[in-house]
Amino acid sequence: MAKKSYRQAISEALRQEMERDHRVIVLGEDIAGGAGGDAEQDAWGGPMGVTKGLLPLFGRERVIDTPITESGFIGAAVGAAATGLRPVADLMFVDFMGVCFDQIFNQAAKFKYMFGGKATTPVVIRTMYGAGFRAASQHSQCLYNIFTHIPGLKVALPSNPYEAKGLMIQAIRDDDPVIFFEHKAMYDMEGEVPDESYAIPFGQANVTREGDDATIIAFGRMVNFANTVADKLSKEGITCTVVDPRTTSPLDTETILETAAETGRVVVVDEAHPRCNMATDVSALICQEAFDKLKAPIKMVTAPHAPVPFSAALEDLYIPSMDKIEAAVRSVTGKSH
Amino acid sequence: MQLSREDLLKAYRRMVMIREFEEAVHEEFSAGSIPGFVHLYAGEEASGVGVCMHLNDNDYIASTHRGHGHCLAKDCDEHAMMLEIFGKKEGLCGGKGGSMHIADLSKGMMGANGIVGGGPPLICGAALTAKTLKTGGVAVAFVGDGASNQGTVFESYNLAKILNLPAIFVVEDNGYAEATSSRYSVAGSQVNRGKAFDIPAVEVDGSDFFAVWEAAREAVERARNGGGPSLIHSRVLRYYGHFEGDAMTYRPADEVANYRAQKDPLMQFRRRVTEAGLLDGSALDEIDRSVKDRIAQCVVQAKSAPEPTEADLLTDVYISY
Repeated sequence: MAKKSYRQAISEALRQEMERDHRVIVLGEDIAGGAGGDAEQDAWGGPMGVTKGLLPLFGRERVIDTPITESGFIGAAVGAAATGLRPVADLMFVDFMGVCFDQIFNQAAKFKYMFGGKATTPVVIRTMYGAGFRAASQHSQCLYNIFTHIPGLKVALPSNPYEAKGLMIQAIRDDDPVIFFEHKAMYDMEGEVPDESYAIPFGQANVTREGDDATIIAFGRMVNFANTVADKLSKEGITCTVVDPRTTSPLDTETILETAAETGRVVVVDEAHPRCNMATDVSALICQEAFDKLKAPIKMVTAPHAPVPFSAALEDLYIPSMDKIEAAVRSVTGKSH
Repeated sequence: MQLSREDLLKAYRRMVMIREFEEAVHEEFSAGSIPGFVHLYAGEEASGVGVCMHLNDNDYIASTHRGHGHCLAKDCDEHAMMLEIFGKKEGLCGGKGGSMHIADLSKGMMGANGIVGGGPPLICGAALTAKTLKTGGVAVAFVGDGASNQGTVFESYNLAKILNLPAIFVVEDNGYAEATSSRYSVAGSQVNRGKAFDIPAVEVDGSDFFAVWEAAREAVERARNGGGPSLIHSRVLRYYGHFEGDAMTYRPADEVANYRAQKDPLMQFRRRVTEAGLLDGSALDEIDRSVKDRIAQCVVQAKSAPEPTEADLLTDVYISY
């Protein structure tokens, strides 16, 4: 198996699916970059270079640079999906959903239900999320919890390159609308990624570490933080189970409840703001379904209830850190230094 | 291309179907037998039918909250529609959509839409599908004068033009966005808005079936031949309020009565085809009678049709979950 970056893994998934199915198209702002100009036609390949190289392979018919009009092109992707294409639209930063949310939550998410089951809307909306880039308040949010709230949408949060490729392939083949969250601080992260095509089913959590003392349930980039903390603590005899739910909708409640019950001590790590986020959602689930198995109150490690700050000093304080996760594990296990 | 006798009969039947359907819904809503919100298309029949006469099941339309007429113009089943508006299990959408979300994708009807300006981006997508998969289809977005001020509409004009999409935008201007006159709310003109994007645009009297049909013929031909988008500004009048129950105090008292007497689209059509000797009055009378009976039958059946049950509540949220 070759080492590939998160960026390459997603790019490879897109290319392989476009080769497999002529109905798959990609569209978005600067998805190639260069349309209409007199210089390089595949100038950017998306803001992070994920789609670079698709234009020469598939042409402008299937790699479509759009104007900066998110309502227009996200809506077009939804309409195209409802009529026979399988579009992968790039909503550059999830923060921009404010200008096109209607097309996602009132249109794409509801067609199947409102139309009595007769609509199929296989659209994928790729979007960047997360803090750590000094990108400030309007380019750093998580917001996956907002999409998770909407019935009819599926939400994927790949935590490493292997996950990214398999979940993207599943997203494209899935017949429901999928919002695919890529953490902007992870594009250069490398990992083993098979060359061949493979799909990771939605709603099946990945248990990345197994332990006896605590269960850490983490989302997206935070899975890596949780793994690092678990590895560190294991050296002093505190062993943790780490759960990566992979998708927040559908959510693998079974694995979450089983692993929570096994240790009875739970930490939930979510980079999103603390109110109505995945941490509160998962905590409520465990309290309702496995309260009698808990040996200590659940700890949530999240960002604070504040916009993402610009200053590096402040942003570093804002993001849930490995130190905070470690402290939470020590707290629920009662094992301090 | 000319309208054959069959086309004329079909067009008249569809217009009468819309009128009778909406009159029946008006009556039943007033009587309290229809739940929720309804917005009626009565008075605007020639506009939707004049456009949709050029379309087939391979072509898509996106409608508005005032969607019953567009559905019928696109040949959706009136019986299943009536059941849907009554919220019944056998309704066109299983009783889950209702008046504002009636759709039948098998007929190319992408849905009435509860969001003002929701349809045009979707239609760009349907037109993109037609262009990419070379289906030969076109896609039509109906919007009202209210929606014509939404950003989604301008974004769609732009997208349709730069991608040269087979899309047609029909601005059905009934003079009022809810309770606010389009004379107040719309800056410039609809035609000039289209022209600003280099989209061919015309204004038509939307009460005149033949004028709409002619404008739509050009637009649909242009789209089918790879000529890109068009805009039609269709001036119409709605006979009822924004929603059923609207007291319409923002309208002059005699506005609708005068229009009905002078410009009613069904009356105009009848006069035109009988005076030109294209159809005789008795054929039209027969359509009037049979459609009236059909709609009455739909209402009776809708009232006694079974409701959805608890087993239906959670179906069709996802294809797989």
